[in-house]
Amino acid sequence: MPAATRQLDELIGREYRHGFVTALESDTVPRGLSEETVRLISALKHEPEFMLEWRLKAYRHWLTMTEPHWANIRHPAIDYQDIFYYSAPKSEKDGPRSLSEIDPELLRTYAKLGIPLKEQELLAGVAVDAVFDSVSVATTFKAKLAELGIIFCPFSEAVQQHPELVKQYLGSVVPYTDNYFASLNSAVFSDGSFCYIPPGVRCPMELSTYFRINARNTGQFERTLIIADKDAYVSYLEGCTAPMRDENQLHAAVVELVALENAQIKYATVQNWYPGDKEGRGGIYNFVTKRGECRGANSHISWTQVETGSAITWKYPSVVLRGDNSVGEFYSVALTNHYQQADTGTKMTHVGRNTTSTVLSKGISAGHGQNTYRGLIKVLPGAENAHNYTQCDSLLLGNQCGAHTFPYIEVKNPTARVEHEASTSRIGEEQLFYCTQRGIAPEEAVSMIVNGFCKAVFQNLPMEFAVEAQKLLGVSLEGSTG
Amino acid sequence: MNAQIESWEDIALERIPLFLAGHDVPWVTRARQSAFARFAECGFPTRRDEEWKYTDVAAIAKRTSLAPDNIPPDPSSEAALFAWTLAQKGTHLMVFVNGHYSDELSALGELPKGVRAESLAEVLDGSADLSEAFFDREHEHGVFAALNNALMTDGAVLELAPGAVLEKPLYLLFISSGNGTADYPRNIIMAGEGARATVIEHYFGMMEAHNFTNALTQISLAARADLQHCKLLQEGNASYHIAGIHAEQAAGSRFVSQSFALGGRLARNDITSRLDGPECRCNFDGLYLLDGRQHADHHTRIDHCAPSCTSREYYRGILDGESHGVFNGKVVVHPGAIKTDAHQSNRNLLLSRQAEIDTKPQLEIFADDVKCTHGATVGHLDDDALFYLRTRGVDEESARSLLIYGFANDIVARVEAPDMRARIEHLVLDRLPQGDQIKELL
Repeated sequence: MPAATRQLDELIGREYRHGFVTALESDTVPRGLSEETVRLISALKHEPEFMLEWRLKAYRHWLTMTEPHWANIRHPAIDYQDIFYYSAPKSEKDGPRSLSEIDPELLRTYAKLGIPLKEQELLAGVAVDAVFDSVSVATTFKAKLAELGIIFCPFSEAVQQHPELVKQYLGSVVPYTDNYFASLNSAVFSDGSFCYIPPGVRCPMELSTYFRINARNTGQFERTLIIADKDAYVSYLEGCTAPMRDENQLHAAVVELVALENAQIKYATVQNWYPGDKEGRGGIYNFVTKRGECRGANSHISWTQVETGSAITWKYPSVVLRGDNSVGEFYSVALTNHYQQADTGTKMTHVGRNTTSTVLSKGISAGHGQNTYRGLIKVLPGAENAHNYTQCDSLLLGNQCGAHTFPYIEVKNPTARVEHEASTSRIGEEQLFYCTQRGIAPEEAVSMIVNGFCKAVFQNLPMEFAVEAQKLLGVSLEGSTG
Repeated sequence: MNAQIESWEDIALERIPLFLAGHDVPWVTRARQSAFARFAECGFPTRRDEEWKYTDVAAIAKRTSLAPDNIPPDPSSEAALFAWTLAQKGTHLMVFVNGHYSDELSALGELPKGVRAESLAEVLDGSADLSEAFFDREHEHGVFAALNNALMTDGAVLELAPGAVLEKPLYLLFISSGNGTADYPRNIIMAGEGARATVIEHYFGMMEAHNFTNALTQISLAARADLQHCKLLQEGNASYHIAGIHAEQAAGSRFVSQSFALGGRLARNDITSRLDGPECRCNFDGLYLLDGRQHADHHTRIDHCAPSCTSREYYRGILDGESHGVFNGKVVVHPGAIKTDAHQSNRNLLLSRQAEIDTKPQLEIFADDVKCTHGATVGHLDDDALFYLRTRGVDEESARSLLIYGFANDIVARVEAPDMRARIEHLVLDRLPQGDQIKELL
């Protein structure tokens, strides 16, 4: 613990340190959104006809929708015509196939982040599909995965090489009509990751993607699709850091997970988009739709997230428990500081028999941060013996912040058992006293207590991420004592 | 919708002055008209409204008339019979039939010094010495409160001078007998410093009556005042009941609200309290016991605006048949309300395949030094407990009844007035298949 708290202490009081813009040339589609933009994106990516049609359907549907305002967040109106919808690093044309071919500038960027690809490749055994801005530029360990029949590639590549899989699964969990931001994403998504694990295969390594928003004013519209076929297993990591900038940026990603019979998908996220400065200027708007479907019997999907960045987070990773005996899990730590706002939680829809879901949410508010947990547990009439357990705890640091809990529970089957509990408190004076009495400085004590508060969630992160998550959590907690 | 609102407008604006109380008092008429304008502007809420997500009031909106009843209560009617049977000894009784006070049926008895209990209509038509503020504030509580403000017929006014104590409960009995009538009861309770009272609101409807009741109760508690409020809802099987109970508490006061929803086709209770002074205490208890096609919705809200206040909320639901229960409990801790201690719990038993429960306990917290918790559960009867009882020779039906009774009794036992507690206990037992057996056991 002392080592961890020292690490945290180092970070206390720091402004966002991953702030730099890498000077790479970008291939950019003009600002604004129209049917032309959609066609242009599709053409630039040499997409087959069915993709263009799907994008256009999504775009036309999006036009009929209005931006939702039910979330407990406040932000100036977004001008959708003032956004660049596509930007690809120049190096894409060179088509790097290995690390040595990657733009050295990019490698240096990762080095600055403390997550060099090489080190990860060698030490952590992680295959990294690095999304730099909107186009994937490096995919490692591909050969090794291919041996097992695992497809792990940029989305645009999957569209070219595995159109039948894309056609079958794209939009089957999050249809293009799902919600405002999902429709927008469906129309203009630039790239993302595609992953298919064939039947009976256990993916031997943690699959990982690092998203970065790089070119100025480029909306990031990622699309991730992960399919675990019968008896397959995959663990997927997604992490984000972004350069410092002044203008608000829209980030509307969609992640779809499909788990067939006996399959298991673990999806972990560490999100640290630029949160805006101490006055609340700038920062990323993170409006993400994430949903997994346990389609087959005995399937298992778990979401783990650590949300420390973004000016606004609007995100509800959900699980549709369709298969009998399927299991859905959601573990979350959300930290809001300065003027950050987070409205996050989960949706668990119990459809099949003997389905189980677990929700564990930890919210930490500091400064002027507003943290909202919003969850829905829905048990449909046919979901015999469904069981849900939800726990959401909030920790308040400072008297200007807020913590809110809005759990929705809808039960239509008498055999269901649904339990929800929530608590809100601040760091107890006794707890602090206990620590300081033993010679631990107040600041250090706060970090220690906060870390302990989140421990139950961190335990669900893969090892590689747990350390990083703890580091990210330590983002300027100064002044929160007493 | 607009055409409908126009017709309501005719009802309200043309007919208000004719027979509703206080039509000679300019400020009353003004308040009614502006409230109606507010109602007409919003119209009935739809399920797209977050506050009405699970409760559909379209059936009420389809009524041909929302106009309040203008039939003077007939003491010889069926309603009177019910009044006699329901009247409880040892209380100050006020009876309202179809929204109008009946002097003949009531038995106020002698009130202690410093206590005033009168019919609202009499007050408005007489001295009208009520603060206009009571008729001005209702817009904070939604469209049905506005509708009540526009069309309120009658109700009770209870005023307690500082230090006054009402030992026996004030029993307000509202009987609906008419078919297709609309009742708008309005109660006002004002307790002075250190005053103490118990008020019971009992709504009773004939089995077949398909009336609409839109009730509103306003409560103002001065420092250290103590009020226990118990509401028993026993409306007829086809009736619609929408009610608000809204309290404001000054420093050191205590407010206890209990709500028992046993009857009615559709019931909606909005119960709120604002803790304006330090060291207030607020308890909300509730039980909804539903069957058939009943629908009961409780929306509660406790606003902690001052430091060192305590609130406790315990709601339970038992749902059988095709019934639908809704619970939405909100606790808001405003900036500066430090040392708040709030706890909320909602537990539900689902007994049938067609029953549905939607529960949403909410916390909104803007202060750091607080202790707030909430919990919600949905489940069925504990198989182990059933098995335990069976091994001791209790037949399954009785065992089930006993467990349900135990579940409900945790709330019923919190009623402080002994006669009322016994009455509710019996009503609960009457609903259980083997209730008579349990009655014998007790």
